[in-house]
Amino acid sequence: MTAAAGQDLRIVTSRFEVEDGHTMAGYERTGGYAGLRRALEMAPAEVHGEVRAASLLGRGGAGFPAGVKWGFCPPGVWPRYLVVNGDESEPGTYKDRLLMERDPHQLIEGCLIACYALGLSQCFLYVRGEMAHAQERLASALNEAYEAGYVGRNVLGADDFSVDITLHWGAGAYIVGEETALIESLEGSRGMPRLKPPYFPASIGLYGKPTIVNNVETLANLPWIVSNGGAAFAAMGAETSTGTRVFAVSGHVVSPGVFEVPFGTTTFRDIIFDPRYAGGLHPGRNLKTFIPGGASAPWFFEEHLDIPLEKATVDKAGSMLGSGAIVVMDNTTDVVKACHNVVRFFARESCGKCTPCREGTSWLEKILSRILAGQGRPQDLDLLMDVCDNISPGIHWPPRQTTICPLGPSAVSPIASALERFRGEFEAYLPGTAVSVSTKSEVAS
Amino acid sequence: MSESETVVNITVNGQAVEAVPGEWVIAAAERAGVYIPHFCYHPRMNSVGMCRMCIVDIDAGRGPALQPSCMVAVSEGMVVDTTSEQTRKAQDGVLEFLLLNHPLDCPVCDKGGECPLQDQTMAYGPGESRFIEEKRHFEKPIPVNDLVYLDRERCILCDRCTRFADEVAGDPLITFQDRGDQTQVNTFPDLPFSSYFSGNTVQICPVGALTAVPYRFKARPWDLTEVESTYPNPMGDRVVVQASRDQVLRYQGVDSDAVNWGWLTDKDRFSFEANASELRLRSPLVRGTPLGRPDPGGSELVETSWRQALTQAAHTIRAAVEGKGPQSVAVLGGARLTNEDQYVWARLAKGVIGTDHVDAQLDDGLPADAVLGLPRATINRACTPGGTVILMAPDPKEEQGTLYLRLRHAVVSDGVQLIELTPRASALSHLAAHRLHHRPGEAAAVAAALVGGDIDAGPDGEIGGVPAEALAAAAAALAERADQPITVILGRTSLAEAAGPTVEAAAELMKLAKLLAAGSRPGIAFLPALHRGNVLGALDMGLAPGLLPGRVTLADGGSALAELWGSVPAASGADARGILKAAADGEIDVLILLGADPLGDVPDRKAAESALDRVDTVIASDLFLHQSAAQADIVLPAAGFGERRGTHTNMEGRITRERQVVTPPGTARADWAIASELARLLDAEFGFASPEEVWGEIVRAAPSHRNLSLEAIDTETDGVVAADSSITFSPTEDVTSVPHFDAYSLRLVSSRRMYDRGTLVQHAPSLAGLANAAVLAVNPYDFQRVGVDPGTEVQVVSHVGEMSVPVAAASGVPRGTAVLGFNHPDLDVRVLIDPDAVVTDLRIQTG
Amino acid sequence: MARLSPANLMVAHEIIGRYPVPRSALIPLLHLAQEQDGYVAEDSMAHIAELVGVTPAEVMGTCSFYEMLKRAPVGDYMVNICHGISCHLLGASELIHHAESILGVKSGRTTEDGKITLEAVECIAACTEAPCLQVNYRYRNRVTAEDFDQLVGELRAGSAGVAPHGNLAKVRQHVSEDRWAGVSPPDGQGEPPWMTRNPSDDGVGS
Ligand SMILES: Cc1cc2nc3c(=O)[nH]c(=O)nc-3n(C[C@H](O)[C@H](O)[C@H](O)COP(=O)(O)O)c2cc1C
Ligand code: SF4
Ligand code: FES
Repeated sequence: MTAAAGQDLRIVTSRFEVEDGHTMAGYERTGGYAGLRRALEMAPAEVHGEVRAASLLGRGGAGFPAGVKWGFCPPGVWPRYLVVNGDESEPGTYKDRLLMERDPHQLIEGCLIACYALGLSQCFLYVRGEMAHAQERLASALNEAYEAGYVGRNVLGADDFSVDITLHWGAGAYIVGEETALIESLEGSRGMPRLKPPYFPASIGLYGKPTIVNNVETLANLPWIVSNGGAAFAAMGAETSTGTRVFAVSGHVVSPGVFEVPFGTTTFRDIIFDPRYAGGLHPGRNLKTFIPGGASAPWFFEEHLDIPLEKATVDKAGSMLGSGAIVVMDNTTDVVKACHNVVRFFARESCGKCTPCREGTSWLEKILSRILAGQGRPQDLDLLMDVCDNISPGIHWPPRQTTICPLGPSAVSPIASALERFRGEFEAYLPGTAVSVSTKSEVAS
Repeated sequence: MSESETVVNITVNGQAVEAVPGEWVIAAAERAGVYIPHFCYHPRMNSVGMCRMCIVDIDAGRGPALQPSCMVAVSEGMVVDTTSEQTRKAQDGVLEFLLLNHPLDCPVCDKGGECPLQDQTMAYGPGESRFIEEKRHFEKPIPVNDLVYLDRERCILCDRCTRFADEVAGDPLITFQDRGDQTQVNTFPDLPFSSYFSGNTVQICPVGALTAVPYRFKARPWDLTEVESTYPNPMGDRVVVQASRDQVLRYQGVDSDAVNWGWLTDKDRFSFEANASELRLRSPLVRGTPLGRPDPGGSELVETSWRQALTQAAHTIRAAVEGKGPQSVAVLGGARLTNEDQYVWARLAKGVIGTDHVDAQLDDGLPADAVLGLPRATINRACTPGGTVILMAPDPKEEQGTLYLRLRHAVVSDGVQLIELTPRASALSHLAAHRLHHRPGEAAAVAAALVGGDIDAGPDGEIGGVPAEALAAAAAALAERADQPITVILGRTSLAEAAGPTVEAAAELMKLAKLLAAGSRPGIAFLPALHRGNVLGALDMGLAPGLLPGRVTLADGGSALAELWGSVPAASGADARGILKAAADGEIDVLILLGADPLGDVPDRKAAESALDRVDTVIASDLFLHQSAAQADIVLPAAGFGERRGTHTNMEGRITRERQVVTPPGTARADWAIASELARLLDAEFGFASPEEVWGEIVRAAPSHRNLSLEAIDTETDGVVAADSSITFSPTEDVTSVPHFDAYSLRLVSSRRMYDRGTLVQHAPSLAGLANAAVLAVNPYDFQRVGVDPGTEVQVVSHVGEMSVPVAAASGVPRGTAVLGFNHPDLDVRVLIDPDAVVTDLRIQTG
Repeated sequence: MARLSPANLMVAHEIIGRYPVPRSALIPLLHLAQEQDGYVAEDSMAHIAELVGVTPAEVMGTCSFYEMLKRAPVGDYMVNICHGISCHLLGASELIHHAESILGVKSGRTTEDGKITLEAVECIAACTEAPCLQVNYRYRNRVTAEDFDQLVGELRAGSAGVAPHGNLAKVRQHVSEDRWAGVSPPDGQGEPPWMTRNPSDDGVGS
């Protein structure tokens, strides 16, 4: 089972242990919809001001401050829409689903607050297709909320505030998590990203209108922020990474789980090794590497453990917190296979729009498959790096790209990380190199 | 951006370039002579930035970064570097990626030799492939429709064909399917890419993935000779005509900014097959015995020499003139010829023979004074962003394909508001801001209400079948945009209806000119949408009763021209229908058909039949032995498009060059030469040795064409528009009275479809089978009223005839109206049309 | 095989009514078709094309982009074993091998009895519960070989409590007419009325 552990203040997972927290009764009993009521007493701009003050970073991956993004809507252009990104599909990422299943009303309340603050006249809640249970919980909660007068015509009796929330499911495509692809998908098209600029959703989004796309967790924070004030939120965590954040720690740890921790102050070592969280590695195992923020992130190693879970610091160290997915690999890991696994993911999920991503990721995957099948050639390792370089020139962080969206360049991260650190393990797969993988692993222990 | 800003200064590879605000970097660079390689970018479609070939270093103030130049707009101070190390590496990389799964069999590929991918690879590509994995496999080429094959293995997924289908043609019947490296272009199963414009996808495909059945494997690009020319259709589409071994093999659209933007209809694009047909006339024919001996009373058409055929023709003409006078000779047709051909025939008919019974339109157009007397619009004017177009013409998609594409773009992308004033929906209806679908014959009342603004609807709340609210809304919309150009596309919306109501409606709309005269408003202008290639040239050259070359009437210009020509007709003649009636009455002894098939084409079929039966001598100059030519006494094989030189005049009055690339079949000759020779045999020596010399005389003879030298025409990329006209449109005051509509009938509307029984279509094997099945289309609500079920075969009866035809439901047909195609290969609607009535009513016989 | 049934057509209209632009309802309608037939039949696509005003080819373009939308019949139960990185680390490959040998089919295939379609799928957002799988998009966490065998037994016996393929959420969104505020079409909308609300006295600052 998943435990949202720790004695620290929990914001978005506070109702996870409340049996009926997902129902209207349970939600209202535990203080639900207080944030919305509070918001309606304020002017929309004031609500926006609180979110700005909270300096709430987007929780979907890019980590852009929500309050700032909201400010990018061009003035005077109506209607504006809200699109909730509940497509959670980045390997290792597991939090939005829980937030939707266990506390759907909190998300709905967050949506209403955002709509109120920005004049968003309709909200689309885009839930990943494969999440049947989350869809059910949200549908029930929405039906309840409509009937109770929280959503729809004249919210809470206000004659000037009406907003609809349309529940929408995806149908299986990781790329649709990218916000412009999400919009394409919501328009009934193939989920292929649009070029930014000019298609920044806040200015040209759904149906060409200003659109705010926010992650589930981002929005789920709003009720608390409005109830307690942005300053209280900003007081938590580190300077640029405020509040709390939900991380999923998976892979080779004793107690994998989803943890809401103070943002910015907790370290990787804490969350991986602290018994309150993932509880460390299995006895006798050593840390080989870990992915700090979802499959797209460059890998971290032993030496990165004391870095705090803080956006700017992690960025500077050459990776990202991304979607809050920490995947731990111990010394039993075959990194070539792990690397292939992640690359295969991106190859399978490329939307096919950009030549370098469509052709390049599947080429990388084929080369790695061939290496794993024992048919690698010595020049393949350099070839891998050069193909990577043609997708993401310079193999830089943050990545430069020859593509429209960062999916293609994401396939570069695992290869660059693994090949640089564990080149020997790749070489071991090349015919004529009779070294077994497990003994050859260059573990920094 | 301040409004006064009209140039944006950027630097491309160190060179200062003045760019247009909003322009893409790739376009600005290209104008400055810097070519940026690309595959998906196409200047006539929205950028998608997906091939990534055009990425270059662009520094818009935050340091150079690789950006797709096809989707980044220029900005002041921008620095573009297309040669940086980073750019080169990235472009090489993209090229390598594109080639991974692309077959490397250029020598057998249809695109080999004209393939941007091949060119790029030769220029920049890596020598050897680093890709040793298995290539992607798809089933070999699949037909996407009857004309186009798709080889998905060659496809580089540039989105051009699919974007064209969606954005340009509005026929999104081919789409991307599947995802990632499995993405492919395809149709829905069993639902082909039925588009009138599918050939354009072949032209814009940057690789050999799409091929056209009529061209596949016919030639190698390096074997082709080509000329730039004008396709002889009323749009005057600019084309490149390509030939090999004296045979035309392909037409490619030319991106003319003023006209067709590079597009062609499939009908025109593949019509070259007809020109190459075995059935083309190759030598003159005259009546003779079954054994092939010429004999004027003979039952067969037998081959003969030009000398004999023309001598015989001259002889009969002379005899007729000497017998009953010049007006016993009549000329029908000529709209398919070049201006030069038309001019010489006009001079022969009017200046030498002396007859004014001359008409290039076959009773399916509009009176010449309306066409030449109304202020003329250009296509670009009609498409001015924010302007208004009033469509009072047959469906442009069916008759003027590339105009349809231009209008569609104008409405979809440039905010042109479209008002339909037609008796039925067109392919543009769903884009129209206002649809005023009136009862057949009642356009004038609707136009009057639209202009006058006083909408005095009768007790049933409608005018001419159009609800008063709809009219009021359209009138308001028209008024609201009165500061922008208003353009009327004017044509015959139905051939089951007399021309009168259309002309009257045009007269009503002309009243807007006065209303808008204040200030500097652009006002109203008309774009004639008439049938047949160079019909506007024919009117300009005087191939119409009462007209002389240069848009002058016989009355006004006769004396001036008589100096050049020697004489002009003494009196005005009859139009096509009048000519046929006169012929049927025995008043015409010689009927000259210039590429005209009255039996097939004129709405009054009976008149055509009696005329051909009665006339002593029929002389036909044509490409094919169609129905009417087969009844002729003297048949003269003429040169067709690609086989002749001259000029063409499009609906705007735009004059461009038609050029020759192959020799005519057999001994076929250009019409100007035929007419000149005939004139010589009638003792009139014109002295023309070339079409250029003919043009030299046109410039002197035709007031509207003064100063339009060939040099002047050639210096302009898009030709020159002849604008002057001394003809005034003076409609008669009396209003056609339309019979009362009775509730048990359906009022007939008949217009052409793109694929019909036309000579070229029927002689192009790839096109001949493309016509849709003939159906009588009726509003779904009318089925109950008339008591039949959709899909059933019914007997329809009019005042003059009856026929059996299947009925189908069509929501675009207003209630009380029935639509049946004109000139359909399977049935002849003319059986039902009463040519003497204003409208034709039908009854469906039930039980 | 089929167009949407009259009952589903009603649902379809309700769904379309929740979007400002009908085409936006495409994916939900494709799910509805899949719920009806277990897969998305070509006739359904053509029907949906009519309903939202696009061509069948456009529907196909969208439908074929998304992995969950099956264009040919599959088993009653889609058993999707996750082989994302977290599950991979905790034995997904072994589980998939086991499943293939137990079911006698390679992943991507349907068992002979038509009951089960096995697929190896990308991360399904249950990474801390690796290795995991979904049966018709219902989770099974930390699945052992024994768990798997038991699951297959239940599925074959029909006692797993999982609805046949195509049925996703058991609850649909339904809004009564008097609660629905109305869609916001992209054109012709002004500033929402609440945006001009004045700051209340106690709402200023924080
Ligand atoms: C390939 C790709 C996949 C993404 N997937 C998700 C996702 O599943 N969920 C999500 O919230 N954001 C995802 N994002 C990020 C979104 O584009 C977007 O930044 C985010 O939804 C914005 O919300 P936030 O500002 O609240 O974080 C993805 C981005 C990319 C490039
Ligand atoms: S980078 Fe890949 S996923 Fe992103 S838009 Fe391009 S092709 Fe699609
Ligand atoms: S031409 Fe710019 S991306 Fe294809």
